[in-house]
Amino acid sequence: MSGLAEERNARAPWALTAPALMLFVGVLLVPLAMTVMLSFHDWGQYKGIEPVFILKNWQEIATDSYYAEMFWRTFRIAILTTLLTALLGAPEAYILNRMSGRWKSFFLLVILGPLLISVVARTLGWALLFGGNNGLVNKLLMSAGVIRFPIPFMFTETGMVVALAHVMMPFMVLSVWAALQRLDPQIENAAMSLGAGPVTIIRRIIMPQIMPGVLSGAIIVFSLSASAFATPAIIGGRRLKVAATLAYDEFLNTLNWPLGAAVATLLLVALVLIVVGSNALIERRYAEVFR
Amino acid sequence: MRRNGPLALIFHTIFVVVMVAPILVVCLVAFTPEGFLSLPTNGFSLRWFRAIANYPEFIHAFWVSLGLGALSSFVALLFAVPAALAIARYRFRGRDALAALFLSPLMIPHVVLGIAFLRFFTSAGLGGSFAALIIAHVIIVFPFALRLTLAAATGMDLSVEMAAVSLGAGGWTLFRRVTLPLILPGVISGWALAFIQSFDDLTMTVFLAAPGTETLPVRMFLYIQDNIDPLVTSVSACVIAITMTALILLDRFYGLDRVLAGKGDPGR
Repeated sequence: MSGLAEERNARAPWALTAPALMLFVGVLLVPLAMTVMLSFHDWGQYKGIEPVFILKNWQEIATDSYYAEMFWRTFRIAILTTLLTALLGAPEAYILNRMSGRWKSFFLLVILGPLLISVVARTLGWALLFGGNNGLVNKLLMSAGVIRFPIPFMFTETGMVVALAHVMMPFMVLSVWAALQRLDPQIENAAMSLGAGPVTIIRRIIMPQIMPGVLSGAIIVFSLSASAFATPAIIGGRRLKVAATLAYDEFLNTLNWPLGAAVATLLLVALVLIVVGSNALIERRYAEVFR
Repeated sequence: MRRNGPLALIFHTIFVVVMVAPILVVCLVAFTPEGFLSLPTNGFSLRWFRAIANYPEFIHAFWVSLGLGALSSFVALLFAVPAALAIARYRFRGRDALAALFLSPLMIPHVVLGIAFLRFFTSAGLGGSFAALIIAHVIIVFPFALRLTLAAATGMDLSVEMAAVSLGAGGWTLFRRVTLPLILPGVISGWALAFIQSFDDLTMTVFLAAPGTETLPVRMFLYIQDNIDPLVTSVSACVIAITMTALILLDRFYGLDRVLAGKGDPGR
């Protein structure tokens, strides 16, 4: 604490943060509370929203198997996307980290840059690459002999996972890369000098040390994938709904706002619980790394 | 440290190609001379870029996005700079809770934010207005503005300020002549990152935008919902070009890895 700060009175930090605090309470917390309340309101095709307190929307979500299926699809896609980014992103971050200075920063720019490019444009690119049964991806995979028959990518979960994994990949690479920066290269050399082979080094030295990075990357990718909107909407089309696209439909097409609000509230609560829970687990498991 | 082996380099090459392919294909298809989606095999043509001119909705949406991004990032900084200075310099009760609140828009799904803002602004009689879009965007870009300003304020040498105080500077003069110039690189980078976030946001904005206040991503999304044709690829190519320019400037100016470190990181 500096002497300068001590001279000022204790109210200074509150005076400085007050405008932002009022903004956040007024325009973030109030709307969120209103959304939760909205999910308990009634709605009818002709009467619109009725501000009463009922559990109708929540009952509908709990009993109608359509919603269970939709949420399961949402989380299944998010889990597969997370696995794919971890399996490919972690090795790539490791390879990147071993490159020499100039190449490293060039490829880092190439891989992280897409993070800032419009998701609509990136997903459009996948829609073009998938494009029907004779799309570029299928042609390539078939000529390489990986598959014998074209895989349907558009309007399928496979396509959604591939496109989402591409969209989320920078987060995973970034997270693992940050973990690699904390790693002492001498440990690897020490292991080598003691006769460890490359496989042993990766399994016993590298993996345990970058695991926290992989896991925190996984939490980011999972929560962003489970609430993704643009990619599922464009690749999945109108029929293959996930939580975000369903909420969008309820709000802007069916106009059943209370039901849409209930779906959104459930998504928010589920994600907060998963993220906070797994963060706590990781920090306990890897307490020594975060110290 | 050991060098990468041939297998690692093959993996790396495929990885980079796959990362770049969707972006590249959009830019290539934009130059097609044909009337349908195709890779430009017989020569390049600018017809689909010229076609944008005949579609004023895209032009209008572009100006909306530009104004919205510039203005909301600026307003976010007006709130974020004092908050960052307070969080960087003082240890006070509720400091961690405040920081968590200010970073929370990173953790809340944008679809939830979109719904909450739609409900809120419709009740307030501001539904579909540009003012509503500005306020909503201020909230979603705030964490980015705060984080980079905070990084600059934390690393600042306080002795310079003390020297200014000893020479009689205080209050506004101290901020304008000493503090602000010292944290300016962080503030400008915060503005740039906030601008890109605002410029690219679809998920939240799609709930709030009405005809007339549609942003470029929203217009593109609604267009793609109906049909995908070369026009939307040429618009996307323009968006990609704008973002790339901003990206390269940001990288030169501040270092992309520093800007992105922690982006989307849920509140840590």
